[in-house]
Amino acid sequence: MSYEEILTRYEPVIGLETHVELGTATKMFCGCKTDFGAEPNTQVCPVCLALPGALPVMNRAAIEATIRIGLALNCDIAEWCRMARKNYFYPDMPKNFQTSQYDEPLCVDGYVDVEVDGVTHRIGIERVHIEEDTGKTLHVGGATGRIHGATESLVDYNRAGIPLVEIVTKPVPGLGGLAPEIAKAYVAELRDIIRSLGVSDVRMEQGSMRCDVNTSLNRPGEEWGTRTETKNVNSLRSVERAVRSEIIRQSGILDGGGKIHQETRHFHEDRGDTSPGRSKETATDYRYFPEPDLVPIAPDAAWVASLKAALPEKPSTRRARLREEWGISELDMQSVANAGAVEIIEETIAAGASPAGARKWWMGELARRANELNIELAAVGATPAQVAALQKLVDEGKLNDKLARTVLEGVVAGEGDPAEVMAARGLEVVNDTGALTAAVDEAIAANPDIAAKIRDGKIAAAGALVGAVMKTTRGQADAKTVRELLLERLGVS
Amino acid sequence: MAAISREEVAHLARLSRLAVTEEELDRFAGQLDVILQSVARVGEVAAEDIPPTSHSVPLTNVYREDVPTTSLTQDAALSGAPDAYESRFRVPRILDEED
Repeated sequence: MSYEEILTRYEPVIGLETHVELGTATKMFCGCKTDFGAEPNTQVCPVCLALPGALPVMNRAAIEATIRIGLALNCDIAEWCRMARKNYFYPDMPKNFQTSQYDEPLCVDGYVDVEVDGVTHRIGIERVHIEEDTGKTLHVGGATGRIHGATESLVDYNRAGIPLVEIVTKPVPGLGGLAPEIAKAYVAELRDIIRSLGVSDVRMEQGSMRCDVNTSLNRPGEEWGTRTETKNVNSLRSVERAVRSEIIRQSGILDGGGKIHQETRHFHEDRGDTSPGRSKETATDYRYFPEPDLVPIAPDAAWVASLKAALPEKPSTRRARLREEWGISELDMQSVANAGAVEIIEETIAAGASPAGARKWWMGELARRANELNIELAAVGATPAQVAALQKLVDEGKLNDKLARTVLEGVVAGEGDPAEVMAARGLEVVNDTGALTAAVDEAIAANPDIAAKIRDGKIAAAGALVGAVMKTTRGQADAKTVRELLLERLGVS
Repeated sequence: MAAISREEVAHLARLSRLAVTEEELDRFAGQLDVILQSVARVGEVAAEDIPPTSHSVPLTNVYREDVPTTSLTQDAALSGAPDAYESRFRVPRILDEED
Protein backbone atom coordinates (compact mmCIF):
# COMPACT_ATOMS: atom_id res chain seq x y z
CA MET A 1 0.00 0.00 0.00
CA SER A 2 1.70 3.17 -1.10
CA TYR A 3 1.62 6.42 0.84
CA GLU A 4 0.05 8.20 -2.15
CA GLU A 5 -2.70 5.58 -2.35
CA ILE A 6 -3.51 6.00 1.36
CA LEU A 7 -3.96 9.74 0.84
CA THR A 8 -6.65 9.13 -1.78
CA ARG A 9 -8.80 7.50 0.91
CA TYR A 10 -7.89 9.38 4.10
CA GLU A 11 -7.35 12.99 5.11
CA PRO A 12 -4.84 13.66 7.86
CA VAL A 13 -5.28 16.33 10.54
CA ILE A 14 -2.14 17.29 12.41
CA GLY A 15 -1.34 19.42 15.44
CA LEU A 16 1.99 20.24 17.02
CA GLU A 17 3.01 21.06 20.56
CA THR A 18 6.49 22.48 20.83
CA HIS A 19 8.44 23.12 24.02
CA VAL A 20 11.22 25.67 24.00
CA GLU A 21 13.62 26.07 26.90
CA LEU A 22 14.36 29.77 27.31
CA GLY A 23 17.95 30.96 27.50
CA THR A 24 17.52 33.07 30.63
CA ALA A 25 20.42 33.27 33.09
CA THR A 26 18.22 32.07 35.95
CA LYS A 27 15.24 29.77 36.50
CA MET A 28 11.58 30.69 36.20
CA PHE A 29 10.80 31.07 39.89
CA CYS A 30 14.18 31.36 41.62
CA GLY A 31 17.66 32.77 41.05
CA CYS A 32 19.40 29.43 40.41
CA LYS A 33 21.60 29.39 37.32
CA THR A 34 20.59 27.48 34.20
CA ASP A 35 24.06 26.48 32.93
CA PHE A 36 24.01 23.33 30.80
CA GLY A 37 26.18 20.45 31.96
CA ALA A 38 26.73 21.56 35.58
CA GLU A 39 27.40 18.92 38.25
CA PRO A 40 24.12 17.26 39.34
CA ASN A 41 22.09 19.14 41.95
CA THR A 42 24.42 22.14 42.16
CA GLN A 43 21.94 24.62 40.60
CA VAL A 44 19.14 24.07 43.08
CA CYS A 45 17.70 25.98 46.03
CA PRO A 46 14.80 25.74 48.48
CA VAL A 47 12.37 27.05 45.80
CA CYS A 48 13.16 24.60 43.00
CA LEU A 49 13.61 21.74 45.48
CA ALA A 50 10.19 22.61 46.96
CA LEU A 51 11.45 22.82 50.53
CA PRO A 52 8.67 23.75 52.95
CA GLY A 53 7.89 27.45 53.11
CA ALA A 54 9.88 28.45 50.00
CA LEU A 55 8.01 30.88 47.76
CA PRO A 56 8.43 31.36 44.00
CA VAL A 57 8.83 34.75 42.27
CA MET A 58 8.50 35.02 38.49
CA ASN A 59 11.47 35.88 36.28
CA ARG A 60 10.65 39.11 34.41
CA ALA A 61 12.95 38.17 31.50
CA ALA A 62 11.05 34.89 30.98
CA ILE A 63 7.69 36.69 30.87
CA GLU A 64 9.15 39.20 28.41
CA ALA A 65 10.57 36.42 26.21
CA THR A 66 7.21 34.61 26.18
CA ILE A 67 5.39 37.79 25.17
CA ARG A 68 7.94 38.43 22.41
CA ILE A 69 7.47 34.86 21.11
CA GLY A 70 3.70 35.40 21.18
CA LEU A 71 4.00 38.67 19.28
CA ALA A 72 6.34 37.15 16.70
CA LEU A 73 3.71 34.42 16.16
CA ASN A 74 1.01 37.08 15.62
CA CYS A 75 -0.77 36.26 18.90
CA ASP A 76 -2.93 38.44 21.12
CA ILE A 77 -1.32 39.01 24.52
CA ALA A 78 -3.57 38.43 27.50
CA GLU A 79 -4.31 41.54 29.53
CA TRP A 80 -4.53 39.42 32.65
CA CYS A 81 -3.71 35.76 33.26
CA ARG A 82 -2.56 33.37 35.95
CA MET A 83 -0.20 30.49 36.49
CA ALA A 84 -1.73 27.12 37.41
CA ARG A 85 -0.63 23.98 39.18
CA LYS A 86 -0.57 20.82 37.10
CA ASN A 87 -0.61 17.99 39.60
CA TYR A 88 0.91 14.61 38.88
CA PHE A 89 2.81 11.92 40.67
CA TYR A 90 6.31 11.59 39.31
CA PRO A 91 9.66 12.40 40.89
CA ASP A 92 10.92 14.70 38.11
CA MET A 93 9.30 17.61 39.97
CA PRO A 94 9.98 17.76 43.70
CA LYS A 95 6.80 19.82 44.24
CA ASN A 96 4.61 16.99 42.95
CA PHE A 97 3.20 19.50 40.50
CA GLN A 98 4.48 21.58 37.62
CA THR A 99 3.78 25.30 37.65
CA SER A 100 2.23 25.94 34.26
CA GLN A 101 -0.69 27.76 32.69
CA TYR A 102 -4.05 26.17 32.00
CA ASP A 103 -7.13 28.03 30.83
CA GLU A 104 -5.47 31.46 30.86
CA PRO A 105 -2.40 31.33 28.58
CA LEU A 106 -0.26 34.46 28.18
CA CYS A 107 -0.60 34.50 24.36
CA VAL A 108 -3.48 33.25 22.18
CA ASP A 109 -4.73 33.02 18.64
CA GLY A 110 -1.80 33.61 16.30
CA TYR A 111 -0.40 32.06 13.15
CA VAL A 112 2.79 31.16 11.29
CA ASP A 113 3.07 31.21 7.52
CA VAL A 114 5.07 28.29 6.18
CA GLU A 115 6.26 27.94 2.61
CA VAL A 116 6.59 24.51 1.00
CA ASP A 117 7.32 24.15 -2.72
CA GLY A 118 6.46 27.78 -3.32
CA VAL A 119 3.03 27.55 -1.68
CA THR A 120 2.31 29.35 1.59
CA HIS A 121 0.36 27.47 4.26
CA ARG A 122 -0.98 29.31 7.30
CA ILE A 123 -0.64 27.31 10.52
CA GLY A 124 -2.89 28.61 13.29
CA ILE A 125 -1.42 29.04 16.77
CA GLU A 126 -3.85 28.15 19.54
CA ARG A 127 -1.75 29.34 22.46
CA VAL A 128 1.69 30.13 23.81
CA HIS A 129 2.15 29.70 27.53
CA ILE A 130 4.93 29.77 30.09
CA GLU A 131 5.77 26.88 32.42
CA GLU A 132 8.83 25.24 33.92
CA ASP A 133 11.02 22.36 32.86
CA THR A 134 11.36 19.19 34.93
CA GLY A 135 14.37 17.49 36.49
CA LYS A 136 16.28 14.74 34.72
CA THR A 137 15.62 11.17 35.78
CA LEU A 138 18.01 8.33 35.22
CA HIS A 139 16.57 4.83 35.56
CA VAL A 140 18.95 2.30 37.06
CA GLY A 141 18.90 -1.36 37.97
CA GLY A 142 17.66 -2.52 34.54
CA ALA A 143 19.76 -3.44 31.55
CA THR A 144 18.38 -0.94 29.07
CA GLY A 145 18.30 2.40 30.88
CA ARG A 146 14.55 2.55 30.23
CA ILE A 147 12.24 2.43 33.20
CA HIS A 148 11.01 -1.08 32.42
CA GLY A 149 13.15 -3.41 34.45
CA ALA A 150 14.63 -0.53 36.43
CA THR A 151 14.40 -0.78 40.17
CA GLU A 152 14.99 2.86 41.02
CA SER A 153 15.39 6.33 39.56
CA LEU A 154 18.14 8.88 40.17
CA VAL A 155 17.12 12.50 39.86
CA ASP A 156 19.09 15.67 39.08
CA TYR A 157 17.02 18.81 39.68
CA ASN A 158 19.32 21.28 37.93
CA ARG A 159 16.86 21.49 35.01
CA ALA A 160 13.79 21.64 37.27
CA GLY A 161 12.39 25.16 37.10
CA ILE A 162 14.12 26.36 33.93
CA PRO A 163 11.57 28.46 32.02
CA LEU A 164 9.83 26.51 29.30
CA VAL A 165 7.51 27.95 26.67
CA GLU A 166 4.85 25.70 25.14
CA ILE A 167 3.57 26.59 21.69
CA VAL A 168 0.43 24.76 20.55
CA THR A 169 -0.98 24.90 17.03
CA LYS A 170 -4.62 24.69 16.18
CA PRO A 171 -5.56 21.42 14.46
CA VAL A 172 -4.44 21.70 10.83
CA PRO A 173 -6.67 19.88 8.31
CA GLY A 174 -6.56 19.97 4.54
CA LEU A 175 -2.84 19.40 4.01
CA GLY A 176 -3.26 15.99 2.38
CA GLY A 177 -0.08 14.15 1.55
CA LEU A 178 2.02 17.24 2.28
CA ALA A 179 1.17 17.06 6.01
CA PRO A 180 4.56 15.53 6.98
CA GLU A 181 6.58 18.10 5.01
CA ILE A 182 4.51 21.03 6.24
CA ALA A 183 4.84 19.83 9.84
CA LYS A 184 8.61 19.82 9.39
CA ALA A 185 8.61 23.23 7.69
CA TYR A 186 6.49 24.65 10.52
CA VAL A 187 8.94 23.48 13.18
CA ALA A 188 11.87 24.84 11.14
CA GLU A 189 10.13 28.22 10.77
CA LEU A 190 9.27 28.28 14.48
CA ARG A 191 12.91 27.52 15.30
CA ASP A 192 14.14 30.33 13.03
CA ILE A 193 11.65 32.83 14.48
CA ILE A 194 12.62 32.01 18.06
CA ARG A 195 16.31 32.06 17.21
CA SER A 196 15.90 35.50 15.62
CA LEU A 197 14.42 36.74 18.91
CA GLY A 198 17.53 35.56 20.75
CA VAL A 199 15.49 34.03 23.58
CA SER A 200 16.63 30.41 23.20
CA ASP A 201 19.32 28.50 21.36
CA VAL A 202 16.50 26.21 20.07
CA ARG A 203 18.71 23.15 19.59
CA MET A 204 16.54 20.10 19.03
CA GLU A 205 19.46 17.69 19.38
CA GLN A 206 20.25 19.10 22.83
CA GLY A 207 16.63 19.17 23.93
CA SER A 208 16.20 22.94 24.18
CA MET A 209 13.46 22.54 21.58
CA ARG A 210 11.21 19.47 21.74
CA CYS A 211 8.20 18.52 19.70
CA ASP A 212 5.08 16.40 20.19
CA VAL A 213 3.10 15.60 17.06
CA ASN A 214 -0.64 14.86 17.01
CA THR A 215 -2.00 12.96 14.04
CA SER A 216 -5.46 11.68 13.09
CA LEU A 217 -7.08 10.37 9.92
CA ASN A 218 -10.60 10.61 8.62
CA ARG A 219 -12.31 9.56 5.42
CA PRO A 220 -13.27 12.49 3.17
CA GLY A 221 -16.50 14.12 4.33
CA GLU A 222 -16.43 12.42 7.73
CA GLU A 223 -15.60 13.85 11.14
CA TRP A 224 -12.00 14.05 12.29
CA GLY A 225 -10.65 10.79 13.62
CA THR A 226 -9.18 9.91 17.00
CA ARG A 227 -5.71 11.38 17.37
CA THR A 228 -2.51 9.96 18.75
CA GLU A 229 0.23 12.07 20.31
CA THR A 230 3.76 11.13 19.31
CA LYS A 231 6.44 12.20 21.77
CA ASN A 232 10.19 12.15 21.62
CA VAL A 233 10.44 13.78 18.20
CA ASN A 234 13.83 15.42 18.44
CA SER A 235 14.91 16.50 14.97
CA LEU A 236 13.32 18.23 12.00
CA ARG A 237 13.66 15.07 9.97
CA SER A 238 11.91 13.09 12.70
CA VAL A 239 8.92 15.46 12.66
CA GLU A 240 8.34 14.57 9.02
CA ARG A 241 8.96 10.86 9.54
CA ALA A 242 6.75 10.68 12.64
CA VAL A 243 3.72 12.15 10.85
CA ARG A 244 4.26 9.93 7.81
CA SER A 245 4.65 6.75 9.85
CA GLU A 246 1.51 7.55 11.90
CA ILE A 247 -0.51 8.15 8.72
CA ILE A 248 0.62 4.78 7.38
CA ARG A 249 0.08 2.93 10.68
CA GLN A 250 -3.37 4.41 11.33
CA SER A 251 -4.57 3.78 7.78
CA GLY A 252 -3.64 0.11 8.19
CA ILE A 253 -5.78 -0.17 11.33
CA LEU A 254 -8.72 1.72 9.80
CA ASP A 255 -8.55 -0.35 6.60
CA GLY A 256 -8.86 -3.48 8.73
CA GLY A 257 -11.99 -2.10 10.39
CA GLY A 258 -10.13 -1.32 13.63
CA LYS A 259 -10.28 1.74 15.84
CA ILE A 260 -7.54 4.20 16.73
CA HIS A 261 -6.92 4.51 20.48
CA GLN A 262 -6.24 7.93 21.88
CA GLU A 263 -2.80 7.38 23.31
CA THR A 264 0.71 8.67 23.62
CA ARG A 265 3.20 7.03 21.29
CA HIS A 266 6.98 7.19 21.25
CA PHE A 267 8.97 7.89 18.12
CA HIS A 268 12.04 5.73 17.52
CA GLU A 269 14.74 7.57 15.67
CA ASP A 270 16.50 4.34 14.63
CA ARG A 271 13.45 2.55 13.22
CA GLY A 272 11.50 5.59 12.05
CA ASP A 273 8.23 4.41 13.58
CA THR A 274 6.25 4.74 16.80
CA SER A 275 5.31 2.41 19.64
CA PRO A 276 2.53 2.85 22.21
CA GLY A 277 3.21 4.63 25.49
CA ARG A 278 0.78 5.30 28.28
CA SER A 279 -2.89 5.48 27.48
CA LYS A 280 -4.24 9.02 27.52
CA GLU A 281 -7.25 8.43 29.76
CA THR A 282 -5.22 7.49 32.79
CA ALA A 283 -2.86 10.41 32.57
CA THR A 284 -4.91 13.54 31.95
CA ASP A 285 -6.35 13.98 35.42
CA TYR A 286 -4.00 16.80 36.37
CA ARG A 287 -6.41 18.59 38.74
CA TYR A 288 -5.29 22.03 37.56
CA PHE A 289 -6.02 24.97 39.84
CA PRO A 290 -4.77 28.60 39.97
CA GLU A 291 -1.35 28.88 41.59
CA PRO A 292 -1.91 30.59 44.95
CA ASP A 293 1.79 31.40 45.51
CA LEU A 294 2.11 33.60 42.40
CA VAL A 295 0.14 36.76 41.65
CA PRO A 296 -1.53 37.27 38.26
CA ILE A 297 0.38 38.51 35.21
CA ALA A 298 -1.06 41.71 33.73
CA PRO A 299 1.31 43.00 31.06
CA ASP A 300 1.23 46.76 30.65
CA ALA A 301 -0.18 47.63 27.20
CA ALA A 302 2.58 50.18 26.55
CA TRP A 303 5.24 47.58 27.41
CA VAL A 304 3.67 45.04 25.02
CA ALA A 305 3.47 47.71 22.31
CA SER A 306 7.14 48.59 22.74
CA LEU A 307 8.12 44.90 22.58
CA LYS A 308 6.08 44.56 19.40
CA ALA A 309 7.69 47.61 17.83
CA ALA A 310 11.15 46.24 18.60
CA LEU A 311 10.62 42.79 17.05
CA PRO A 312 13.39 41.83 14.62
CA GLU A 313 12.88 41.36 10.89
CA LYS A 314 10.94 38.14 10.21
CA PRO A 315 13.30 35.26 9.30
CA SER A 316 11.43 34.59 6.05
CA THR A 317 11.77 38.26 5.00
CA ARG A 318 15.40 38.31 6.04
CA ARG A 319 16.19 35.07 4.20
CA ALA A 320 14.64 36.42 1.02
CA ARG A 321 16.64 39.66 1.33
CA LEU A 322 19.95 37.90 2.02
CA ARG A 323 19.36 35.33 -0.70
CA GLU A 324 19.01 38.20 -3.13
CA GLU A 325 22.12 39.97 -1.81
CA TRP A 326 24.21 36.82 -1.83
CA GLY A 327 22.92 35.68 -5.20
CA ILE A 328 22.23 32.07 -4.18
CA SER A 329 19.40 29.61 -4.77
CA GLU A 330 16.51 28.96 -2.38
CA LEU A 331 17.94 25.49 -1.74
CA ASP A 332 21.39 26.85 -0.84
CA MET A 333 19.79 29.45 1.42
CA GLN A 334 17.80 26.69 3.11
CA SER A 335 20.95 24.72 3.90
CA VAL A 336 22.61 27.86 5.27
CA ALA A 337 19.57 28.40 7.52
CA ASN A 338 19.49 24.75 8.57
CA ALA A 339 23.15 24.93 9.51
CA GLY A 340 22.40 27.98 11.67
CA ALA A 341 24.97 29.90 9.62
CA VAL A 342 22.96 32.91 8.45
CA GLU A 343 24.25 35.36 11.08
CA ILE A 344 27.84 34.20 11.00
CA ILE A 345 28.06 34.38 7.20
CA GLU A 346 26.45 37.82 7.31
CA GLU A 347 29.09 38.98 9.81
CA THR A 348 31.89 37.51 7.69
CA ILE A 349 30.64 39.43 4.67
CA ALA A 350 30.45 42.58 6.82
CA ALA A 351 34.08 41.92 7.76
CA GLY A 352 35.05 42.13 4.09
CA ALA A 353 34.61 38.66 2.55
CA SER A 354 32.67 38.04 -0.64
CA PRO A 355 29.34 36.20 -0.14
CA ALA A 356 30.71 33.16 -1.99
CA GLY A 357 33.93 33.15 0.02
CA ALA A 358 32.17 33.51 3.36
CA ARG A 359 29.68 30.77 2.53
CA LYS A 360 32.39 28.42 1.27
CA TRP A 361 34.31 28.31 4.56
CA TRP A 362 31.38 28.30 6.98
CA MET A 363 29.37 25.72 5.04
CA GLY A 364 32.46 23.63 4.18
CA GLU A 365 35.43 23.08 6.49
CA LEU A 366 33.92 24.81 9.51
CA ALA A 367 30.46 23.24 9.27
CA ARG A 368 32.10 19.84 9.00
CA ARG A 369 34.16 20.49 12.10
CA ALA A 370 31.11 21.78 14.04
CA ASN A 371 29.19 18.63 13.07
CA GLU A 372 32.02 16.34 14.09
CA LEU A 373 32.36 17.99 17.47
CA ASN A 374 28.60 18.52 17.82
CA ILE A 375 29.05 22.20 18.60
CA GLU A 376 27.64 25.47 17.29
CA LEU A 377 29.41 27.08 14.35
CA ALA A 378 30.09 30.09 16.58
CA ALA A 379 32.05 27.83 18.95
CA VAL A 380 34.19 26.26 16.24
CA GLY A 381 37.23 28.41 17.01
CA ALA A 382 37.29 30.84 14.07
CA THR A 383 35.70 34.29 14.08
CA PRO A 384 33.96 35.99 11.13
CA ALA A 385 36.88 38.47 11.00
CA GLN A 386 39.42 35.63 10.75
CA VAL A 387 37.48 33.89 8.00
CA ALA A 388 37.21 37.18 6.10
CA ALA A 389 40.98 37.70 6.50
CA LEU A 390 41.64 34.16 5.25
CA GLN A 391 39.50 34.67 2.16
CA LYS A 392 41.29 37.99 1.50
CA LEU A 393 44.65 36.17 1.50
CA VAL A 394 43.25 33.70 -1.04
CA ASP A 395 41.84 36.50 -3.20
CA GLU A 396 45.22 38.24 -3.14
CA GLY A 397 46.90 35.05 -4.32
CA LYS A 398 48.98 34.69 -1.15
CA LEU A 399 47.29 31.41 -0.29
CA ASN A 400 45.97 28.73 -2.58
CA ASP A 401 43.00 26.60 -1.58
CA LYS A 402 45.07 23.83 -0.06
CA LEU A 403 47.26 26.19 1.97
CA ALA A 404 44.21 28.13 3.11
CA ARG A 405 42.75 24.94 4.56
CA THR A 406 45.95 24.35 6.49
CA VAL A 407 45.96 27.95 7.74
CA LEU A 408 42.33 27.55 8.84
CA GLU A 409 43.30 24.45 10.81
CA GLY A 410 45.87 26.59 12.62
CA VAL A 411 43.34 29.34 13.29
CA VAL A 412 40.85 26.86 14.69
CA ALA A 413 43.59 25.32 16.82
CA GLY A 414 44.12 28.72 18.41
CA GLU A 415 47.40 29.62 16.72
CA GLY A 416 46.20 33.15 15.99
CA ASP A 417 44.90 35.10 13.00
CA PRO A 418 45.47 33.74 9.47
CA ALA A 419 48.47 36.03 8.88
CA GLU A 420 50.09 34.86 12.11
CA VAL A 421 49.51 31.20 11.28
CA MET A 422 50.97 31.76 7.80
CA ALA A 423 54.09 33.38 9.24
CA ALA A 424 54.54 30.84 12.03
CA ARG A 425 54.09 27.82 9.78
CA GLY A 426 55.90 29.30 6.80
CA LEU A 427 52.91 28.86 4.53
CA GLU A 428 52.76 31.15 1.53
CA VAL A 429 52.26 30.68 -2.16
CA VAL A 430 55.64 30.89 -3.85
CA ASN A 431 55.26 33.90 -6.12
CA ASP A 432 58.96 34.47 -6.58
CA THR A 433 59.22 33.82 -10.33
CA GLY A 434 62.95 33.14 -10.10
CA ALA A 435 62.47 30.33 -7.59
CA LEU A 436 59.51 28.95 -9.52
CA THR A 437 61.35 29.04 -12.83
CA ALA A 438 64.22 27.14 -11.24
CA ALA A 439 61.80 24.51 -9.93
CA VAL A 440 60.13 24.23 -13.35
CA ASP A 441 63.47 23.88 -15.14
CA GLU A 442 64.51 21.25 -12.64
CA ALA A 443 61.31 19.27 -13.28
CA ILE A 444 61.85 19.48 -17.06
CA ALA A 445 65.45 18.29 -16.71
CA ALA A 446 64.46 15.40 -14.46
CA ASN A 447 61.70 14.21 -16.84
CA PRO A 448 63.01 14.60 -20.41
CA ASP A 449 60.53 12.06 -21.88
CA ILE A 450 57.48 13.90 -20.57
CA ALA A 451 58.95 17.26 -21.58
CA ALA A 452 59.39 15.93 -25.12
CA LYS A 453 55.76 14.78 -25.28
CA ILE A 454 54.56 18.20 -24.21
CA ARG A 455 56.78 19.86 -26.82
CA ASP A 456 55.10 17.54 -29.38
CA GLY A 457 51.73 18.99 -28.38
CA LYS A 458 50.59 16.49 -25.79
CA ILE A 459 49.56 19.23 -23.40
CA ALA A 460 47.70 16.75 -21.18
CA ALA A 461 51.05 15.35 -20.06
CA ALA A 462 51.82 18.70 -18.38
CA GLY A 463 49.95 17.55 -15.25
CA ALA A 464 52.75 15.24 -14.23
CA LEU A 465 55.34 18.03 -14.38
CA VAL A 466 53.06 20.48 -12.54
CA GLY A 467 52.72 17.81 -9.85
CA ALA A 468 56.49 17.50 -9.62
CA VAL A 469 56.89 21.27 -9.18
CA MET A 470 54.14 21.38 -6.54
CA LYS A 471 56.01 18.63 -4.71
CA THR A 472 59.35 20.45 -4.69
CA THR A 473 57.62 23.67 -3.53
CA ARG A 474 55.73 21.72 -0.83
CA GLY A 475 52.37 22.73 -2.25
CA GLN A 476 53.14 26.40 -1.81
CA ALA A 477 52.99 27.30 -5.47
CA ASP A 478 49.89 28.25 -7.38
CA ALA A 479 49.21 25.34 -9.73
CA LYS A 480 47.81 27.57 -12.46
CA THR A 481 50.91 29.80 -12.45
CA VAL A 482 53.18 26.74 -12.52
CA ARG A 483 51.35 25.36 -15.51
CA GLU A 484 51.59 28.60 -17.44
CA LEU A 485 55.28 28.94 -16.63
CA LEU A 486 55.95 25.34 -17.62
CA LEU A 487 54.27 25.67 -21.01
CA GLU A 488 56.09 28.93 -21.57
CA ARG A 489 59.49 27.32 -20.82
CA LEU A 490 58.66 24.45 -23.19
CA GLY A 491 57.65 26.93 -25.86
CA VAL A 492 54.06 25.69 -26.32
CA SER A 493 52.12 28.52 -24.75
CA MET B 1 -26.46 15.41 48.76
CA ALA B 2 -22.77 14.78 49.40
CA ALA B 3 -20.28 17.12 47.70
CA ILE B 4 -17.85 14.29 47.10
CA SER B 5 -18.53 10.64 46.43
CA ARG B 6 -16.73 7.62 47.80
CA GLU B 7 -15.63 6.81 44.23
CA GLU B 8 -14.11 10.27 43.80
CA VAL B 9 -12.13 9.84 47.01
CA ALA B 10 -10.86 6.48 45.78
CA HIS B 11 -9.84 8.10 42.48
CA LEU B 12 -7.97 10.92 44.23
CA ALA B 13 -6.25 8.42 46.49
CA ARG B 14 -5.07 6.49 43.46
CA LEU B 15 -3.78 9.65 41.74
CA SER B 16 -1.90 10.52 44.92
CA ARG B 17 -0.57 6.97 45.30
CA LEU B 18 -2.13 6.65 48.73
CA ALA B 19 -3.15 3.20 49.93
CA VAL B 20 -6.57 3.78 51.45
CA THR B 21 -8.59 0.95 53.02
CA GLU B 22 -12.32 0.44 52.43
CA GLU B 23 -13.02 1.62 55.95
CA GLU B 24 -10.88 4.73 55.42
CA LEU B 25 -12.66 5.54 52.16
CA ASP B 26 -15.94 5.88 54.05
CA ARG B 27 -14.34 7.94 56.79
CA PHE B 28 -12.40 10.30 54.45
CA ALA B 29 -15.37 10.76 52.14
CA GLY B 30 -17.37 11.97 55.14
CA GLN B 31 -14.57 14.27 56.34
CA LEU B 32 -13.86 15.74 52.91
CA ASP B 33 -17.56 16.28 52.41
CA VAL B 34 -17.72 18.45 55.55
CA ILE B 35 -14.77 20.53 54.27
CA LEU B 36 -16.26 20.99 50.80
CA GLN B 37 -19.69 21.89 52.19
CA SER B 38 -18.05 24.51 54.40
CA VAL B 39 -16.18 26.02 51.48
CA ALA B 40 -19.36 25.98 49.38
CA ARG B 41 -21.09 28.15 51.99
CA VAL B 42 -18.69 30.97 51.15
CA GLY B 43 -20.19 30.95 47.68
CA GLU B 44 -23.64 31.47 49.15
CA VAL B 45 -22.72 34.77 50.76
CA ALA B 46 -20.65 36.10 47.81
CA ALA B 47 -22.58 38.92 46.16
CA GLU B 48 -22.80 39.46 42.40
CA ASP B 49 -20.36 42.34 42.54
CA ILE B 50 -17.60 40.27 44.12
CA PRO B 51 -15.56 38.49 41.42
CA PRO B 52 -14.06 35.10 42.25
CA THR B 53 -10.39 35.30 43.22
CA SER B 54 -7.54 32.90 43.74
CA HIS B 55 -5.44 35.33 45.74
CA SER B 56 -5.91 37.09 49.04
CA VAL B 57 -3.88 40.15 48.04
CA PRO B 58 -4.80 42.48 45.16
CA LEU B 59 -1.37 42.41 43.50
CA THR B 60 -0.24 41.75 39.94
CA ASN B 61 3.13 41.65 38.17
CA VAL B 62 5.46 40.73 41.00
CA TYR B 63 8.72 39.84 39.29
CA ARG B 64 12.39 39.34 40.01
CA GLU B 65 15.20 40.37 37.68
CA ASP B 66 17.09 37.66 35.78
CA VAL B 67 20.14 37.81 38.05
CA PRO B 68 21.68 34.64 39.51
CA THR B 69 21.67 34.13 43.26
CA THR B 70 23.63 31.60 45.28
CA SER B 71 22.33 28.06 45.09
CA LEU B 72 22.63 25.42 47.79
CA THR B 73 25.80 23.33 47.87
CA GLN B 74 25.39 19.82 46.49
CA ASP B 75 25.75 18.37 50.00
CA ALA B 76 23.14 20.73 51.40
CA ALA B 77 20.80 20.01 48.49
CA LEU B 78 21.04 16.27 49.04
CA SER B 79 20.97 16.43 52.84
CA GLY B 80 17.18 16.19 52.90
CA ALA B 81 17.00 13.38 50.36
CA PRO B 82 15.63 10.07 51.63
CA ASP B 83 18.56 8.49 49.78
CA ALA B 84 21.22 9.71 47.37
CA TYR B 85 23.55 8.06 44.87
CA GLU B 86 26.16 9.65 42.60
CA SER B 87 25.06 13.15 43.65
CA ARG B 88 21.47 12.43 42.66
CA PHE B 89 18.27 11.88 44.60
CA ARG B 90 17.53 8.16 44.71
CA VAL B 91 13.84 7.24 44.60
CA PRO B 92 11.83 4.10 43.87
CA ARG B 93 10.87 3.73 40.22
CA ILE B 94 7.48 5.14 39.27
CA LEU B 95 6.04 3.26 36.35
CA ASP B 96 2.48 4.36 35.74
CA GLU B 97 2.93 7.83 34.28
CA GLU B 98 5.60 7.09 31.70
CA ASP B 99 6.82 3.99 29.95
